[in-house]
Amino acid sequence: MKFELMTEHEHIRLPEGSIEKTTTTINLGPTHPATHGVFQNILELDGEKIVSAEQTVGYIHRAFEKLAERRPLYQVTPLTDRLNYCSSPINNMGWHITCEKLLGIKTPKRVDYLRVIIMELARISDHLICNSIVGVDTGAYTGFLYVMQYRELIYEVYEEICGSRLTTNIGRIGGFERNFNDIAFQKLDKFLAEYPAVLKEFINLFERNRIFMERTQGTGPISAERALNYSFTGPNLRAAGVDYDVRVHTPYSSYEDFQFNVPIGTTGDNFDRWQVRNEEMWESLSIIEQAYRKVKEFKGADAEVFHADVPEYYLPEKEDVYTKMEALIWHFKIIMGEIDIPAGEVYSCVEGANGEVGYYLISDGGRTPYRLHFRRPCFIYYQAYEEMTKGSMMSDAIITLSSLNLIAGELDA
Amino acid sequence: MVEKFGEQVSAFSEPYGMLTFEAPKELNLKVLNFLYDDDELKFRFLTDLQAVHYPDNKGRELAVVYHLHNLVDNVRIRFKVFSDINTPDVYTATGLFSGANWMERETYDFFGVNFVGHPNMKRILNVDEMDYFPMRKEFPLEDQTRIDKDDEMFGRG
Repeated sequence: MKFELMTEHEHIRLPEGSIEKTTTTINLGPTHPATHGVFQNILELDGEKIVSAEQTVGYIHRAFEKLAERRPLYQVTPLTDRLNYCSSPINNMGWHITCEKLLGIKTPKRVDYLRVIIMELARISDHLICNSIVGVDTGAYTGFLYVMQYRELIYEVYEEICGSRLTTNIGRIGGFERNFNDIAFQKLDKFLAEYPAVLKEFINLFERNRIFMERTQGTGPISAERALNYSFTGPNLRAAGVDYDVRVHTPYSSYEDFQFNVPIGTTGDNFDRWQVRNEEMWESLSIIEQAYRKVKEFKGADAEVFHADVPEYYLPEKEDVYTKMEALIWHFKIIMGEIDIPAGEVYSCVEGANGEVGYYLISDGGRTPYRLHFRRPCFIYYQAYEEMTKGSMMSDAIITLSSLNLIAGELDA
Repeated sequence: MVEKFGEQVSAFSEPYGMLTFEAPKELNLKVLNFLYDDDELKFRFLTDLQAVHYPDNKGRELAVVYHLHNLVDNVRIRFKVFSDINTPDVYTATGLFSGANWMERETYDFFGVNFVGHPNMKRILNVDEMDYFPMRKEFPLEDQTRIDKDDEMFGRG
């Protein structure tokens, strides 16, 4: 028959209802409950099987890279919040670490450990969302509602430290805006005490769910070789069996002081990704406990340190601003962005919840970055979606979509 | 590296601990292939790909920057090719790295670098109808000191 000679592309363009057309075109998105964000998948279906998929992204593109070119460094932090909004603290810290690398600032150990606590909390909250959403897409809603309560505890810790919950803008270049108060530590204690039992129950809830297991195992696989070729990073790469973790390979924020394992999968299917994320949550918990112990070991004046001494970038105490000339001048200069950044180019990366979040910052010696590029892991691994879903059932493609953890904010920047 | 390409690879430097060098844009694929295939170098992971616009750099306004990573020995390098803005044609790396596909589309979208041989060279984040490349420096953001706006309406009065 004629249609068999057509290329796939010609076939898609056939009008609906024409006699040669044996496949169905379906628009999954831009807004669809299963996309958990705004992007479009145009699927060409033969019955229920996917013949080809085409993605349209960019619906929430906000030109962050361009905006950053007119902003002093500290004003870029709120932009990074809105990349991966499920784990904004990691992005914030990654940006501070990039600036510190460019400026040559060495942060005190206590700051590093506090940062590690916050970053690992963020990782837990991100993985928690991703894994429970995989559950929602297979029809297991209970786990999602159950763990929301514990994500709330994490957000309460953020709230004590920086005052906000989702888009945190947490920390400053050189450290934190204020020391952690006692309530923050109490809330952290509460979380650490309650969470392990919840995570155990959460895992049981799914692993004893036959529907969940059968729908995730063996669907949406990717080999290690292909994953590397697609520049995968993070849990998705580790699920395929490659033990690449930025925290181990290029330690930042004193990650070299902690003992933890890097869990890896074997087949890179949806279940492996789900499991790698669960294991990472256990590791994160252990890292938080280690960091918390180390923070408690600081005594006397050391226990009060929460930022490096960088008057050019770190806002002085409000009381000093009102009473001291120098503090007032620094305050004004920082807020108005009148500090020249040293010229140079630097690439720095952190292990985000989805993979390597990189910042490529070029400065020409002006007050704002000359060029800033965000390496968004989500944008990079989403290209593999077509290859991963081709030939599979449409219902599997939905799970693949959520187990890759697609965050539209990170996709579009 | 220098043995193979001689004087054509140049400008070696190490800003903030990352080896950086550049090559003529016609050689970009040869260099990338060499870095990929060589048994000792093994730069087989493309971390990132983007462009930078230097309007004052006549004849080499656009820089395409590759960040490569050798995962076995954990070494990162940065490799740049410069191109004229009137003929911004650079060979595509999609044959070597599948992941370069969207990264190159993004670079095209914002800087207008035309990747020769790319399977699907069209805009990705911006609308298809856009007829300029917004990240180029000739499109400045609004000047914060402009006076033609009624400041009272914008809360700056």
